[in-house]
Amino acid sequence: MSAGKSYLLLWAVLLLGFCGLWELQHAIDARRAHLHQEQDDLVLRSGPLLKTMSLEYAPLMADLYWTRVVQYYGNKRASHQANIELLWPLLDVTTTLDPNLIIAYRFGSMFLSEPPPSGAGKPELGIELLERGIRANPEYWRFYEDLGFIYYFELNDYRKAAEAFLEGSKKPGAMIWMKAFAARISEKGETLDTSVMLWSEIYSSVSEPSIKENAKIHLQLLRARADCEQLNKLAAEYKKRTGRPPGSVRDLVNVGLLPGLVVDPVGVVYFFDLEGQAQINPASPLFKEQRVDEKRP
Amino acid sequence: MATAAIEIENLTKDYPFGFLHLKKKTSLEGLTMRVEEGEVFGFLGPNGAGKTTTIKLLVGLIFPTAGTARILGKSISDISMHADIGYLPEQPYFYDYLTATELLDYFARIHDLPAQERKARVDGMLKKVGLETARKIQLRKYSKGMLQRIGVAQAILHDPKVVILDEPMSGLDPVGRREVRDVILELKQAGKTVLFSTHILSDAEMLCDRVGVIVGGKLRGVGAPDEIVGMKAQGMEVLFEYAGAAGGLQPLLSKATQTGKRYRMQVPEADLYATLQQLGSAGAKVLSVTQVKSTLEEYFMHLVEADRAQAPAVEVSGK
Amino acid sequence: MRRAGIVALNTFREAVRDRVLYNLVFFALVMIAASILVGQVSIGIEEMVIVTLGLSAISVIGLLIAVFIGVGLVSKEMDKRTLYALLAKPVRRWELLLGKFGGLVLTLTVNTAAMAAGLFLALSLVKQGTEHVEASVLVAVYFILLKLALVVALALLFSCFTTPLLSILYTAGLYIAGLFVTEMRNFQSETMSRALQTLLRWLSYLLPNFENFDVMAAAAHGRAIPGVLIAQNSAYAALYCAVVLTVAAAIFTRRNLK
Repeated sequence: MSAGKSYLLLWAVLLLGFCGLWELQHAIDARRAHLHQEQDDLVLRSGPLLKTMSLEYAPLMADLYWTRVVQYYGNKRASHQANIELLWPLLDVTTTLDPNLIIAYRFGSMFLSEPPPSGAGKPELGIELLERGIRANPEYWRFYEDLGFIYYFELNDYRKAAEAFLEGSKKPGAMIWMKAFAARISEKGETLDTSVMLWSEIYSSVSEPSIKENAKIHLQLLRARADCEQLNKLAAEYKKRTGRPPGSVRDLVNVGLLPGLVVDPVGVVYFFDLEGQAQINPASPLFKEQRVDEKRP
Repeated sequence: MATAAIEIENLTKDYPFGFLHLKKKTSLEGLTMRVEEGEVFGFLGPNGAGKTTTIKLLVGLIFPTAGTARILGKSISDISMHADIGYLPEQPYFYDYLTATELLDYFARIHDLPAQERKARVDGMLKKVGLETARKIQLRKYSKGMLQRIGVAQAILHDPKVVILDEPMSGLDPVGRREVRDVILELKQAGKTVLFSTHILSDAEMLCDRVGVIVGGKLRGVGAPDEIVGMKAQGMEVLFEYAGAAGGLQPLLSKATQTGKRYRMQVPEADLYATLQQLGSAGAKVLSVTQVKSTLEEYFMHLVEADRAQAPAVEVSGK
Repeated sequence: MRRAGIVALNTFREAVRDRVLYNLVFFALVMIAASILVGQVSIGIEEMVIVTLGLSAISVIGLLIAVFIGVGLVSKEMDKRTLYALLAKPVRRWELLLGKFGGLVLTLTVNTAAMAAGLFLALSLVKQGTEHVEASVLVAVYFILLKLALVVALALLFSCFTTPLLSILYTAGLYIAGLFVTEMRNFQSETMSRALQTLLRWLSYLLPNFENFDVMAAAAHGRAIPGVLIAQNSAYAALYCAVVLTVAAAIFTRRNLK
């Protein structure tokens, strides 16, 4: 056989072989999905033991675990799985291996604290993680910002939130608005304005993609909340005029209360539920991002 | 023309080397030669001349950059050619976890020898190379000479028509060398073709119908050993003792090499008697007179020296 | 083909004579120690511990043999020049490769079978009477063997064109990468371009998927493994080995033996 011919044959074998493997792999994946193996097994949960075992390479191990955290969270998020029980042990191990891995604390505290679907709904763990971060990195003022965040949004403990912002403002390099937040929150508690400002600050200051994305979604939800409040006022006006609650945003347009259809930040028209309350449209991607306690049927 | 046992045409082998294999070293350049059937052919040359390269090309261990070769009319890329050849590698080494019997049996299986024939053949070979007492010993305990013998045995195990031996005598004691010589002569008597490489010239002179001399990757001469020897002038060597003053012998003594009182000198055959007379009259004691046969060795040395003189030029053109 | 068989048997003989099977003693010790200790440290999960420990040991020992001997199969023979005499005989180079591969797979089969026997013995000692466990453990052992065959093929491929040390590194690297193909496929990050994601996806199908062969958890919990998966995994391993060996043969056939 000539050299050219044998090369051609080789490539043909390779191509056919990998096509076959491609097909087989899809079949195997489908079959394995039914096997229900525990994919999330975290073999070693003891950070100190792992740290000893990884010798002088603990920071490297920490980086590996950190990628595991991000992947774990990302996969759960992508497949809309609610159980993210391993987030805490993974973060625990990561920060034990490398106590100075700032992003792990910030990321971890946010997603541990937030309620499903975006987080684990365990603010107390988020606070514990941040306190560990503060002990290991006492000069890092943004941990206080995150701490204030959790108290403000998740626990609605405005006194503690204000304390956290105030404490952080005393650290070197802290932004001036930390003090302002502290004052605002201790004075007024939760307001839409404050919430928007807090999330905007996170959005503009953080570069980690999932945190940024999360901040963006929260800002969109806040805007949607404000929109709904406005729509509800118009709905009351509509009911006064027609004697029944509006069935849709179009009803409001038809009677001239609105110049056109109002859409949420991702471009889907709001809708009215049976009680005539304005809602994010279930067809909107934002709908499933709402906190469980905010969703209404 | 009858089919030659080995027919080599313009065989060339370059080895790429250096970063990205951009440079190349030519270890065999346009070799063309024939080995006739039933012939014992000696392949001579210094180390690195291209002997082993040629042999490895012939048995398919490496592949030519250019040129072709046929053994018994079959191209060297034809796998069936291998059934008819026997090969002894240079400084052979075999699976050290096997015994001699197991090794030969393994190769006999590879050669597809029928089971009933195998045992007899293996035993016969071990006897032929003088290893029957060491047959049950693992090859890791074999000496270099013993490995050479088992190497010869595996090369002729399957009764090949063409036997190619790379340095079959190296590493052997005089007894072993005679045994290998006997094997080669036996093969010749059985009508086999033998090609072997060597740098031990006396072996070649003794055994070969023809020799080829290869230096620097090029074939420099092919012919019967005495033909090649005939190319050089003959001479006589005179060994004598002389203690006196130089005097009238001065012109002669200046040509001789001195070791204490002894002198060694080479003179053309025609001048021998005149020289002896001169020595006798001066009172020198003539110890011996020997005919200096110009040997393959000299021919060989002559070629090597010529090549060395040329070497720098080769180096430049290599780039 | 017949010659490949002869080479395979000789390769097996080499492994036996080089005392490769001595690792079984080590495995036996691990299993004995585990059987004795398991009752004292864990309550109720004795079988699970024996199964996972046993399968892990079978896998690790097998991998060590597959990589280290697999890499040496051809390179050692080139190094010591034992290949010269053999290749001058009527053996095609692919026959030699196939024989070497077959010989080591045979060795691994014998070795793994012996270890599996030891595992079942240990299981019978701590067992309290479940039947499923055996079947799925046997399948898990079979999958380990498939995995090892694939590792041998890869080691053989690398040793055809690079040094033994690099071959070991490449084989080990590919094995580890092959354990993470699913993660690679689902790797989603806003920072990654679409092109890179597509590339990773493609790559994840090109790499040998060693996750396919991991059914240790199912085996430990005695869950039945479907017959179709056994067939699919067998086909996968066979096809992948065939592709790898074809490439190896293509390289080795053109190789000059220095």
